[in-house]
Amino acid sequence: MELRSYIIRRLILLIPVLFGVTIFIFGITMLFSPIERASLYVTDPRQMGNLQAVIELYGLDQPFWVQYGNWMGEVLTGNLGWSSVVSMPVWDAIWHFMPTTLELGIFATPIIIFTGVFFGTQAAAHKDRPLDHGTRVAAIFGWSLPTFWLGLVLLMVFYGYFTGLLPPSRLSVPMELLVNSAEFTRYTHINTLDAILNLNGPVLLDALRHLILPVITLIVVQMAFIMRLMRSSMLESLGRGYILTARAKGLPERVVVNKHARRNALIPVLTVAGYLFAGMMNGVVITETIFTFKGIGWWAWQSAVRLDIASILGFALFNAVLFVLVNLVVDILYTRVDPRVRLGGTIQ
Amino acid sequence: MSDWKFMVRQLAKNPLSMAGIIIIFIFVIIAIFAPLIAPTPEGHRDPYMIPRDGYSATPTLPSEEHIFGTTEGQYDIFYGVIWGTRSAFHVGLVVIGIVLSVGLVLGSLAGYFGGVIDEIIMRLTDIFLAFPALILAMAIVAALGPSLRSVMIALTVVSWPSYARLIRGDILQVREEDYIEASRGIGASNFRVIMRHVLPNAIYPTLVMASLDIGAVVLAAAALSFLGLGAPEGYADWGQLTSFARNWIVGPTGDPLKYWFAVTIPGLFILFFVLGWNLLGDAFRDILDPRLARR
Repeated sequence: MELRSYIIRRLILLIPVLFGVTIFIFGITMLFSPIERASLYVTDPRQMGNLQAVIELYGLDQPFWVQYGNWMGEVLTGNLGWSSVVSMPVWDAIWHFMPTTLELGIFATPIIIFTGVFFGTQAAAHKDRPLDHGTRVAAIFGWSLPTFWLGLVLLMVFYGYFTGLLPPSRLSVPMELLVNSAEFTRYTHINTLDAILNLNGPVLLDALRHLILPVITLIVVQMAFIMRLMRSSMLESLGRGYILTARAKGLPERVVVNKHARRNALIPVLTVAGYLFAGMMNGVVITETIFTFKGIGWWAWQSAVRLDIASILGFALFNAVLFVLVNLVVDILYTRVDPRVRLGGTIQ
Repeated sequence: MSDWKFMVRQLAKNPLSMAGIIIIFIFVIIAIFAPLIAPTPEGHRDPYMIPRDGYSATPTLPSEEHIFGTTEGQYDIFYGVIWGTRSAFHVGLVVIGIVLSVGLVLGSLAGYFGGVIDEIIMRLTDIFLAFPALILAMAIVAALGPSLRSVMIALTVVSWPSYARLIRGDILQVREEDYIEASRGIGASNFRVIMRHVLPNAIYPTLVMASLDIGAVVLAAAALSFLGLGAPEGYADWGQLTSFARNWIVGPTGDPLKYWFAVTIPGLFILFFVLGWNLLGDAFRDILDPRLARR
């Protein structure tokens, strides 16, 4: 099958899933009275004063399908409702908070992948030896750790005991003022990147200082996951015939492990990139909450606690769409990376 | 059943799984004997509500009266973590129980009958699996109104699809076996074939693995409680006890670690509880992994 027709087929298959996702989200909103639901449609604070008009405008007293149609129409034009927590439309709030979360992701993702792959490879190469047992225990510990608690303990030590060494929040107050002043251009709202573009050393250092603990909190669970996956994938790869061939022709063990075995073992790890994304989004909520690192996760937490239904459902919907798209991209990449996987899904 | 004997022997050989079993055993003891370990004070109505010693916000240091000290709002930490063990088992067992039953029913229907039924059930799981789990759970809890019950409903809703899929996959494998064909050939009903032949051969490993997910369920519930979306204030719940310490991470000047007990103790209970199940789960995964099968 052609790549293009494969992509088209996959995109068509997305339609029922996204339809189901929106029905599900909309179904949750039906638990609420029309007055409460009105905030899903509001785009302007002035409308909040006259919800009766909103109810009539969007037909919130109409049957389910009519309401669903109206709501979908609004969602497709980017209207996800009003986020009362931050007093702006939900869609704007998502974009407002995105750079902060992106900054965490930019630092966390490479660390997760590189350390996870490295230790996974080593564990498999040293199967049943101390290194293998050590990384196994570390991984089990890692995914048993309540990350919200780990964050608190890290803060207790690095903010409390070493007074103010690695503080919570995104920037210290003077730097925050500097960043928002006229002399500092905010190209991307990603602090570290903006600091580099502005050639501002102190802001960069301050931003990095605030990033260390959240990034550690965010990576622990995912790293353990990738490490274990890489290990089992490596073990399978190491048992293959081409490894025997590579060893038989006298290649050094380092080359056998790092080239012949690892490159093939990486392919299955690629397929979980989607899960990595979902895990990061889950982790971001907890991490940003503990460190008052005001990104999209912090906003989602605020919305959930203050029962701001429009925001939390808008956020969930946004995540579902993103997650589905990430999985699509991963599947397409997979067919590119592994020539054995033919597009129909059969291995030849 | 030499399989079971083999499994037990493998578990006993592995120090990690033994550690897991011992940890879980200790927690079971704590949960059963909670009323003896941390007796409910006279006249205190609901034993699951942590008794308070005053209303001051500042945590007090461990003392003879409060072995682990008190946390914000003068809730007794020792009482909270002991009775919190019961809450943890309660949440974990109920959620895993419901999730497994739902997964078992829908998974067997999909796997055994295939066709339209399979298609419908699988598309349904696609919808639920399209969300990052914790975010969907948060949305559901917020919509239902924060409570321990909402947390359990939310965790059930987000976790049943993966079990339904696992069980369906197992059943698809077994369905084509000759003995299923033979059983159908002698006129056994669908129900009988599923109950007597398909399930026993297809799902024991899945069931064993799934029951060990209690740790993961409890961890997720604790996270939701920590975020303020779970148990009502004062309920014996590890996640909530951890969140009480959020304002007391840093002690007064000169004694920054003063409130270490309020921060660390509830979290250590969560960590060890989850660790126990995961240690056991890891050992089982090795035993059940066909690639590492015994020769």
